[in-house]
Amino acid sequence: MAERSFKAEVEHLRKGDGDTFTGEGILALTKALLENGVGYVGGYQGAPISHLMDVLADAQDLLGELGVRYEANASEAAAAAMLAASVHYPIRGAVTFKGAVGVNVASDALANLASSGVTGGALIIVGEDYGEGSSIMQERSHAFAMKSQFWLLDPRPNLPSIVKSVGDGFALSEASNTPVMMMVRIRCCHVTGQFATRDNQRPPLTVRDALSEPRKDFSRVVLPPMSYQHEQDKVKNRWPAAETFIRENGLNEVLGPDRAKVGIVVQGGMYNGVIRALQRLGLADIHGQTEVPLYVLNVTYPLVSSEFLEFCEGKDAVLVVEEGQPEFIEQQLATYLYRAKAPVAMHGKDIFPMAGEYTGQVMLDSIESFLRQAAPDLLPGQVLAPNEPAPEIPDLSQTVPIRPPGFCTGCPERPIFAALKLVQQDLGQHQISGDIGCHLFAALPPFEVGGQTMGYGLGPASNAAFDGGGARRAISILGDGGFWHNGLSSSIGNMVYNKSDSVAVIVDNFYSAATGGQDIPSSRASNPSKATNNPIAKAVRGVGVKWVREIDRTYDVPQMRKVFEEALTTDYKGPKVIIASSECMLNRQRREKPQKAKAVKEGRRVEAPRFGVDEDICTGDHACIRLSGCPSLGLKKLDDPLRDDPIAHIDHTCVGCGNCGEVADAAILCPSFYEARVVHNPGGFERWRKGVAARAIGWLQRRREERRLVFLDQSQIEAAE
Amino acid sequence: MNVQTKTAPLAARTPDQRLGGIIKLAIMAVGGQGGGVLTNWIEALARENGYDCQATSVAGVAQRTGATIYYIEMAPLSGGMPIFSLAPSGGDVDVLIAAEMMEAGRAIMRGFVTPDRTTLIASTHRMLAVSEKMVPGDGIADPEEVRAAAEIAAKTLIMADLDTLATRQGSVISASLFGALAGSGALPFPREAYEAAIRASGKGVEASLRAFAAGFEAAERGVEPAQVPEAPPSPTAPMVTGPKGLVAQWEALLTRVQALPGPAQEMARAGLRKVVDFQDIAYGAEYLDRVEAVLALDSAEQGHELTKEAAKYIANAMAYDDVIRVADLKTRSARFARIRQQMNAGEVMQLTEYLHPRGAEIVSLFPARLGAWFERSERRMARFDRLVNKGRRLRTDGLRGFVQLYIIGMLKKRRRGNLRHRTEMAHMTRWLDTGLGRAGSDYALAVETLRCRRLIKGYSDTHARGLSKFDRVMAAIALVEGRQDAADWARRLREAALSDEEGKALDGAIQTVRSFAEPEGA
Repeated sequence: MAERSFKAEVEHLRKGDGDTFTGEGILALTKALLENGVGYVGGYQGAPISHLMDVLADAQDLLGELGVRYEANASEAAAAAMLAASVHYPIRGAVTFKGAVGVNVASDALANLASSGVTGGALIIVGEDYGEGSSIMQERSHAFAMKSQFWLLDPRPNLPSIVKSVGDGFALSEASNTPVMMMVRIRCCHVTGQFATRDNQRPPLTVRDALSEPRKDFSRVVLPPMSYQHEQDKVKNRWPAAETFIRENGLNEVLGPDRAKVGIVVQGGMYNGVIRALQRLGLADIHGQTEVPLYVLNVTYPLVSSEFLEFCEGKDAVLVVEEGQPEFIEQQLATYLYRAKAPVAMHGKDIFPMAGEYTGQVMLDSIESFLRQAAPDLLPGQVLAPNEPAPEIPDLSQTVPIRPPGFCTGCPERPIFAALKLVQQDLGQHQISGDIGCHLFAALPPFEVGGQTMGYGLGPASNAAFDGGGARRAISILGDGGFWHNGLSSSIGNMVYNKSDSVAVIVDNFYSAATGGQDIPSSRASNPSKATNNPIAKAVRGVGVKWVREIDRTYDVPQMRKVFEEALTTDYKGPKVIIASSECMLNRQRREKPQKAKAVKEGRRVEAPRFGVDEDICTGDHACIRLSGCPSLGLKKLDDPLRDDPIAHIDHTCVGCGNCGEVADAAILCPSFYEARVVHNPGGFERWRKGVAARAIGWLQRRREERRLVFLDQSQIEAAE
Repeated sequence: MNVQTKTAPLAARTPDQRLGGIIKLAIMAVGGQGGGVLTNWIEALARENGYDCQATSVAGVAQRTGATIYYIEMAPLSGGMPIFSLAPSGGDVDVLIAAEMMEAGRAIMRGFVTPDRTTLIASTHRMLAVSEKMVPGDGIADPEEVRAAAEIAAKTLIMADLDTLATRQGSVISASLFGALAGSGALPFPREAYEAAIRASGKGVEASLRAFAAGFEAAERGVEPAQVPEAPPSPTAPMVTGPKGLVAQWEALLTRVQALPGPAQEMARAGLRKVVDFQDIAYGAEYLDRVEAVLALDSAEQGHELTKEAAKYIANAMAYDDVIRVADLKTRSARFARIRQQMNAGEVMQLTEYLHPRGAEIVSLFPARLGAWFERSERRMARFDRLVNKGRRLRTDGLRGFVQLYIIGMLKKRRRGNLRHRTEMAHMTRWLDTGLGRAGSDYALAVETLRCRRLIKGYSDTHARGLSKFDRVMAAIALVEGRQDAADWARRLREAALSDEEGKALDGAIQTVRSFAEPEGA
């Protein structure tokens, strides 16, 4: 079960000739795959391409009707390897994952695939996670296309262009026997718009059909001497074929006037940003009709020399708009100009910043600066000499706090790190390595647990140098997603084989949670098309771990703490693995909330827990928050002149996970927390029993309160009035 | 809409008037606030009403409680596909919706709110960032700075607590923000068109429409004033009930409060209530004795600041946080009623208290001599601690749990004879003597010394840490006593102590004090 249900979107996938699709870019792209007769689709989830996987996972019926095989691959490497089906068979295949991290993982398979070459169109859809909103290291997938020589598409970020690009990509791949990578940036994946749909196409040859007539050709195997031939084939045949296809089919676009002194070369994905800058400079209209000629690279690798040189003809200067570093495109184009001895001045990263996102401001400033240098007569007077003084707005940089992502309300990972923080307070600071996944948020305040992350499933592996014992054992964190992705072999197997004396914590929240709550082999849900309920503990023991501790309720902070202490102090020398399991609260709430609401309505007994803080008892030290950071645990300023500091306060979004109370107990913080468990539709006996207790308690309370002064607070006075 | 004025007087070229028709709208929110729903509504609204529209977002990890941004552009249908931007640009945003006060600040910081064009719709409620919450003192960012900046930066400003408005209607903030957008008139669509968009989405329609209406009305009011602090306690006595004799004695104490100088009165009234509530009328009389003793050292020239601060911190020192107080507070009928009301509880509500008393806290309840005898031997304490030190979950909705706390509450009668009381009173006397001893020579330092009492708070380890910070600050203040800027240093030391848990800032401050206050080689 993914975070969202995509049943509604699946209906969009059924649209045909004459219909219009309205929605997000990534869904349009998914539809385009079916329109282009794809035979199999796979991938590994991750922002911003998760929705492609999620929608197809919910579209099993449609895929079955079309004879399309869908695979939720174990990793990006597995996904890329699946494209092997297009090596010998004329079947179109597509896989998707996020760049640059997914491409890194996939690069082994991609390099082999590129060497072998393909018969059927092979498309790798990469969600390029760069700039604002990105969660990974800032790199470009471009380099992979260059090193392995497969082609890279970077379509303009609108739905018709993305959809066209899918068809172009398959055709280009088949025309040049080369896999094609299509890059879509974060905002492009989530951009909304419309396009005219076409009927879905059954693949001419399905993977099922192919199995009945297996093919092989040892010249495609990456072994010497064939691998030497592959390299020659790449440059002598496949590359020229690609260039010819790109030129003949007009994959790149030249827009604007034919003759001009200057021009701009732009990656397709950067097109809208360039047009907006030109619009703001009065040089383009609302539909993108531009005064400055544009050479739009919908294919950013290979770069077609002849096409580029034609664009430059008669121009004094061109500007290359290329986001990210280093400036691969600019270097290549400069080489073309130099070899052609062309008298054209070339600008790019000399004006644009080398690194970082090309935001609207960067685009405006850089293009304006280029035009100022190369063609000042194009710029309107107001731009040349602006007369509006910038308004003075107070500086808020010291006021506004940073707000990085963190654990959700009720997250089962919070108590794990609260326990670990407490253990470190007792046993001292430890060497701790993180991994990829929600649990990496523990590196931020208030926990500040873990100081590095080396890749998905590599948490324990990245502690390998520290695995030989020492003053204190090294600790590593690994999520269940990372465990199945790569961690079982690279991290746990590695620990076993090398007799590691360290501790690995596997955070098992039943989903690949950070990528949107997709199922994984250890998920507890039953999934009609996937095998779930494969316990991590079994896998870990299977590869040879002897010391395994399983915790099935992470919210039990004292227990978590005890297990950590045991793992860190035991005499046992081998690898120690703690599996901490509790369901991702975001997904649990999505699942349980409607069920509970329904049960309450139907008159069934339901308990609804929520936590609270006694205002008179809380002293406002906020120690609880330093062991939590829960969004529902905030502060409240009391209207009491005797109090200086705001007190802790739990708002109505609390889901009653229990972390506050558990932490207050485990860390011996304070007695302020209470859990109030409202019972909906209690049974008759329960009501009677509670009534008796309430009457007895009421009598005791009256007895005491009648003999002393009782001060009424403001709300009671109001109520009395 | 006046986008065009900026680039209007073109020397030549294509002054495309239609560009002025593009409306640029950004939503800055905290992940999980429903910015996606709001974006969908706005998009549907635009498309239904003859506009081309494009929306984008950077969902991803940002949705997990981090700051995130949605961006929408729209333009009247123009017979072709408009080229819209995928991200907002500084100085180029017509409508900025901030779903939280500091996100409004972030929008202003990033230049998305400019006086020539931007309508800023901001919810004034706060979702505190972790960095604000984890400070041991008060680390909450000042919303007034954002408000002041917004008033300068925005062309049109709409500010209201749209979160509360929505929750009151059983809905969420996306609906009230949508209403405020409609009410702002920033988009050229009638109210009914907005409501149609909500109806078309088909989920929780009625509640959404109610929240929408609340947001719409808020927008018509424009800027709501900063939350006015609730009226200060009326000068009459706080409402009190009890046996006649006790009420009469209480009123007699109140007349003593009324004899205090104006600035100290309010504080002393609150303080008196706190200590009487903590113990009894006689304890209240003791409290007033102490405050009046301070008044004798004070003067009107200084505005009776010393008396006022003494009234505050003596009350806090006398009503210390012991187990008896906790048990008493947790068993009161008013508390049960309050929780039931907050939780919207029906007939049956289970109530679990999370308690974890340690040996030392129990020993402190013993008669002073017995307690002291225990404390003299570490072994005895350790053995006793093993016996009692464990987490206890008490069900106070049940008779068994309730009675346990009720009985501890009964120990109030013997509190004055117990070890904790003796310790607390000795500590208070030392602190008061030190502070008041400075009143003659350095009035401001005396005031600051009394204020250091703020450092002592919490239970168990937290309490111990507070005490140790208090001791260190007091020792450092002693080093600067006699200097002109002593009071200033005392204040700085105290603030440093409150800024982080481990006391790193305090260490730094103490080191600085030492560097100039201690003679070389000392």
